[in-house]
Formats: sequence, structure tokens, C-alpha cells
Amino acid sequence: MLDSSFYAKTDEILSRYPAQERSLIPIIHEVQETYNYIPVELLPYIAKKIGITETKAYSVASFYERFSFEPKGKYIIRVCDGTACHVRQSVPVLERLRSELGLSDKKHTTDDMLFTVETVSCLGACGLAPAMMVNDEVHPAMTPDKAAQLVKELREEAAK
Amino acid sequence: MKRIENYEELKKLHELFSNKIKNAPCRILICAGTGCQAGGSAKIAERFHELAGDSQDISIEFAPEAAGHPVGVRRTGCHGFCEMGPLVRIEPQGILYTKVKPEDCDEIFEKTVKNGELIHRLIYKMDGTEYVKQEEIPFYAGQTRVVLKNCGHIDAEHIEEAIASGTYLALAQSLFEMSPDDVIQKILDSNLRGRGGGGFPAGKKWQQVARQPEKVRYVVCNGDEGDPGAFMDRSIMEGDPHKMIEGMIIAAYAVGAHEGYIYVRAEYPLAVKRLMLAIEQATEAGLLGENILGSGFNFTLHINRGAGAFVCGEGSALTASIEGKRGMPRVKPPRTVEQGLFEKPTVLNNVETFANVPMIIKNGADWFKGFGTAGSPGTKAFALTGSVKNTGLIEVPFGITPREIIFKIGGGIRNDKKFKAVQIGGPSGGCLTESQLDEPLDFDNVKKLGVIVGSGGLVVMDENTCMVEVARFFMEFTHRESCGKCVPCREGTLRMLEILERIVAGQGEMADLDKLETLSDLIINTALCGLGKSAPLPVVSTLRSFRDEYVAHIQDKKCPAHVCQKLKQYIIDKTKCKACSKCARGCPVQAIHGAPKTPYEIDQSKCIKCGACMSACPFKAIYVE
Repeated sequence: MLDSSFYAKTDEILSRYPAQERSLIPIIHEVQETYNYIPVELLPYIAKKIGITETKAYSVASFYERFSFEPKGKYIIRVCDGTACHVRQSVPVLERLRSELGLSDKKHTTDDMLFTVETVSCLGACGLAPAMMVNDEVHPAMTPDKAAQLVKELREEAAK
Repeated sequence: MKRIENYEELKKLHELFSNKIKNAPCRILICAGTGCQAGGSAKIAERFHELAGDSQDISIEFAPEAAGHPVGVRRTGCHGFCEMGPLVRIEPQGILYTKVKPEDCDEIFEKTVKNGELIHRLIYKMDGTEYVKQEEIPFYAGQTRVVLKNCGHIDAEHIEEAIASGTYLALAQSLFEMSPDDVIQKILDSNLRGRGGGGFPAGKKWQQVARQPEKVRYVVCNGDEGDPGAFMDRSIMEGDPHKMIEGMIIAAYAVGAHEGYIYVRAEYPLAVKRLMLAIEQATEAGLLGENILGSGFNFTLHINRGAGAFVCGEGSALTASIEGKRGMPRVKPPRTVEQGLFEKPTVLNNVETFANVPMIIKNGADWFKGFGTAGSPGTKAFALTGSVKNTGLIEVPFGITPREIIFKIGGGIRNDKKFKAVQIGGPSGGCLTESQLDEPLDFDNVKKLGVIVGSGGLVVMDENTCMVEVARFFMEFTHRESCGKCVPCREGTLRMLEILERIVAGQGEMADLDKLETLSDLIINTALCGLGKSAPLPVVSTLRSFRDEYVAHIQDKKCPAHVCQKLKQYIIDKTKCKACSKCARGCPVQAIHGAPKTPYEIDQSKCIKCGACMSACPFKAIYVE
């Protein structure tokens, strides 16, 4: 059972959209931006408010790659594995990040909830390949060493 | 900005703003596209703002009514030359400084802005020649920038600059001097073809929507640029959002739509931000919303963010996603022009297509047909990436050859390696090889070569790229992104991926190649949507052009480009090995054996190619074959 503050926050988000099916995706976006993930308990609540079935809300939320029911870390690192990044060696960057943080292709988030490492199909920053994104910021021309250094800096930033 | 009441006022403002820019003694244009921002351009802009702010007679605000401010600092959209970013352009001289750092700002301001001196270390150089002006740099000189003309030259966050460049004049011209049918006729005459990949004539689409008995219609812009290796639309949305919005309003007027949607990838936060700002400013200025420019025509525009589903680039999946549903394509007919968004007739074009519209209205169909080839008039933006010296966003007329793009504009292959192939059309396209480099690029000719123009990604590959691995990479992508609705795509791409994974692991059989061909044929002919139908194309095209590489993986168990991990052989150089046993102790599968004072050896049948031995060896005695 979620704390009532979750529902209060969701009400606030819901108030910005018409109670219609078409509002579902923007609402889920905002919920995810608020909590870094979608607390699954909120879906039946949202569905009821905008007048769609719970299954429908779940089917949509689970369809899109960007939506996650798993809590994510403070820093979401999205390593681009688009064509241009792939041919300019993005995989070693990903592997180094995973080994630095003790993550794998099964485990995406560190236990301290600081880092989540994912791959993304293309960031559209192909001129800067290999690129990755930390939250909303693009980092260009990555190397495994630069990635490790960045993790170190982010850790220090978080410790402050 | 104050609401613009009519055509006359718009014309006057355009004149006022453009004179203001023409007469400005100096403008500093800092690229604030995603690429250069990642390189620190925000800090550069900040520093210039500080520097300009210190000076009494220098203003950084764009205030059209107050004249006489010598320097303007502007954050623009993408200049295109991402490789050399962050880029700073100094006007009116047209000087382009490359790879600028925040520390360079003071010097630029003192020397170039105040005294007109050049800073040689920041000037672009190639083969010993200095190129001071942006227009002279070979990367730009080989291009024809029409759609991207404003990208990098105007501040994307100020509508005044868009108006100064002439944006919204074509809209006014349509509203006041042309009937909706005239607009459609002009677009038909221009033979503008959809830039999103299909190449379907935009005018025909509009005409079909205009003819529908249903009166509620929509205009939708596809900004879900999902192809890996493509960022043309992102650059337009970030760099010149008003041009694309103007194109959408003109389309709405032509087909009688009063509501429109822009569907943008969530991975493009800057594009979303700039579009929202542009819509807000245009609405305030009376160029969107009720009674546009006093014409009585109404049009409102919404933005919908995608959520990371490649398939949403397909028309019916995109409209489903706007409706709040799973983004899955549906069986056609009915087509989008008949029953699209909310089951109403819908004009669905991509960003670049809409951005072409205002120029056609303004300059005429014949002007437009002056670029490109007879069947594919106009220009096309391409994202040039991969193993090429100059990566970035380019715009060239249709009919140009891949050789001109790669070797003239792109400057050739990075590190002077040998060219192998260029991948065009992303995961729905294929590879062009050395022998096809002189074929003109246009919708129809490229199709004859068995690939598609697609949205415009060009990924250059050199001799170090394994084409089987590239095919596997794309297949993994399309399989992961398959929405799962139809069996041929959902299951077929998985089977193809499994076969390709076997081949790159050295466990392929010759019969696999026939299986790949059969499966490709099946998927191409039976998948539900365009994305499914084109999913096997990367395999088909590499099988056709690089069959020998597939055979090498299967028969010789070798990867000719030395890429495929499982086909590598780790070997100990006997002359360098000091028998220290570090490698053997580091090996996780006990594949290395030896005795004191005799060189160690790797048992290839046990080796899992992890490379642990290579990093453990203090004498660099282990190499990969």
C-alpha cells in the first residue's frame, strides 16, 4: 500500500489533463519523472480517474520501453548503442560501467539506488559517438576510462 | 511578443527584425544543439553573455524597438558540423571557430569581436589550409542548405529571429492570397515527396485528406526519429522549430484541419523544450490558435512525447500512441488519410517534409524542382556518421553520389582506413558498397539498388567493420523493437537473429544462409507494417554484397575484420613468454598450461575468449589473431 502522498501527487498531475484515454501516456510520463519509476499501485487509480480499465492502463504502461515499474537510481545512465555508437565502440563503455558498478544485463540498478545503467537504441547524438546520457545530459565521445571517471565524479557529487 | 493582427503587420515586423539583424555590427552565434551542448556550449554562451554584459554599449537582449546595440549573443540550433563542436560563428564576417572552450571566450571577445583579429588556433584547418569562413569549409561548401538554412544562424528560442528570417510569411501568403486548393496544387506541382522514408508525394496525401467527407481532420507531425544513426529531424526541431510549425499550419489550412499534434521522441528533451517554447511564442504572436493573423482560420497544436518505442515511427502506431494506446500498427486499409488519428482523416508527414513546405509556397514549385532530380526534387538532410572524418548533419540535393558525400563533404574515411560500405536507411535499409558509390542518391534509384533512402541516416563503415556483425546488430534491434502484433515479425526476426548469432559465434552452417534468405523473403512478404516488411533488408543486402564474409565465418571460422569475439584466437608468442604463469592463474576456465621455463600454451578448445590472459600478461606476449 502506498503512502497517501503518492495519491495526492498523482491527483495534482491528473488535474492538469482532461479525464480521457489520450491523457494516459502524458500522465504516466509525469508520474515517472516524479518518482523515477511508476509505482504499479498507481495504475488502477489513474485508470479509474480517466475512465479506462486497469488492464488497459497496464497494457500501455508495460508496452513502452521508457516506462519502468522498477525503481531507478538517482543517476540514470543511458548508453547509446545505436549504429554509429556501436561501430565506434560503445560496448566496451557499457561493460566498463557495469563492472565499475557491479551491474549486469539482468541487474540494472545499484543497491544504494544511486545508479541505473541501461542501453538505448539511439540518442541522435551520432556525431559524438559513442555517446551516453546521464539523466537529461548528453556526454560525448566516451571511452571506458572517461565513463569510470564520470561515475567517480557522480558519486562524489551525490555524497555532498 | 505582442499579437500580430494582420499580414501587413507581419510584413513590417519582418522588415524591422531583419534590418535589425543586418545592421547589427556583430553577432556571436553559439551552437546550442544537443551535440555542442554536450561539448560545453552552454558555458561558452554564459561567458559571452558576461563579457557582453560588462560593456556599456553592448546589449544581449533582442529588443527590436531599441536600436544601436552592437553585439548580440545568440544560442542557435545545430550548425551541423558536430565533429568540430562546440562551434561559434561570428557575424557579419561569417567566421567559424571550431572546438571552442569556455577559456577561449575572453580572447575571442577581445581580439575578434572588438578588433576583428583572427585567432588562428580556432580556425578550421584541413590538409594545411585554413578556412576562415564557414561557407568556405569543404564540409559546408559541398552542401546545399535550404531546409537547414536557419539552423545555426538564428536563435531557436526567439520567435523574432524566425520572423526576421522570413518564417510565417509563407503562411500569411497562403492564408490571404491562396485558396486551400491552390496550396495543395502548389505542393502537388512541386512533387515534394515524404522525407520520412516512404517518399510518398505529400501533395497527394493532402489532396486525399481534403477530399474526405468527414469534416474533422488532423495534421500530425512525425518527430519520432527512431532509426539508429539519424538525427536530421532532431536538428530541425532544435534549430528552426518555427519553420516546421509553419509548414504544419499551412497543411492544416490546405486540408481544413483545426487541430494538430507533434509526436516527438522522449529521448530528445531539448527538441521538446524548444518546440513547446515555439508553440507558446507563436500562439502569443497570433500565429497559432484562434483567428490566425486576423484571417479567421483557427489551428491549435499539441506536443506528445513518445516513450521509447521504435514502432511508433509507423503511421498507425504513432496515431494509436497519441490516442493513449499501445503503439501497434493496424491492418490497412483504411489508410491514415481516410481514418487516422481518432479515426478521422489525417495528414501525417515528418519534420523535414513540413519544413520544406513554406519555402515551396514562397519560392514556387519550379524553384523547388531546380534542386535534385526529376523524380526526387529538392534536397535531403542526412546524418553523416560512423568512420568518416567529418561527422555531422548535412543537406544535399537529391542525385548526389555517395562518393561526393563521403569523400568531399565527409572528408574521407577516418584514420585513412579503407572504405567498406555505407549503411543507408537505418534498420530498414541496407548497405551500399564501393562499386555503388557513384550511383545517384534519389528515392527511385536507391530502390533499384535494393535499399531505401529512409529517413536519412548514413553510417560509414571501414575495413574494420564486420558486415555479419552489423547485420546481427540490426536484427537484434528490430527484434527488440518488434511490437509483437504479427507473427512474421515477432517470430521471424527472432529466428533470423538466432541464426546470425550462431554464425558470428562460429557455429553457423552453409544451410543457414539459405534459411536466412527464405525467412527474409517470408517476412518481407507477410509482415503487417512497413517496419516489419523492411526488417530483413540489412541481412538481404549484406548477404548480397558481402556473402564472402558470411562464408568466412561459417567455413573458415574466421572473422575477416577481426571483430567477432568468439572467432578470435588468443595466442601466446613463444619468443616473448617468460613462463611466469600469470596468464594461467588468471584464466577462468583453466585453458592455459605450461611448465616452468617453457613457454605457456592456450588450449583453443577450452578458451572462452575472455581476454583475461592478455590483460594479465606483464610481457605483452599474448596477441589476438
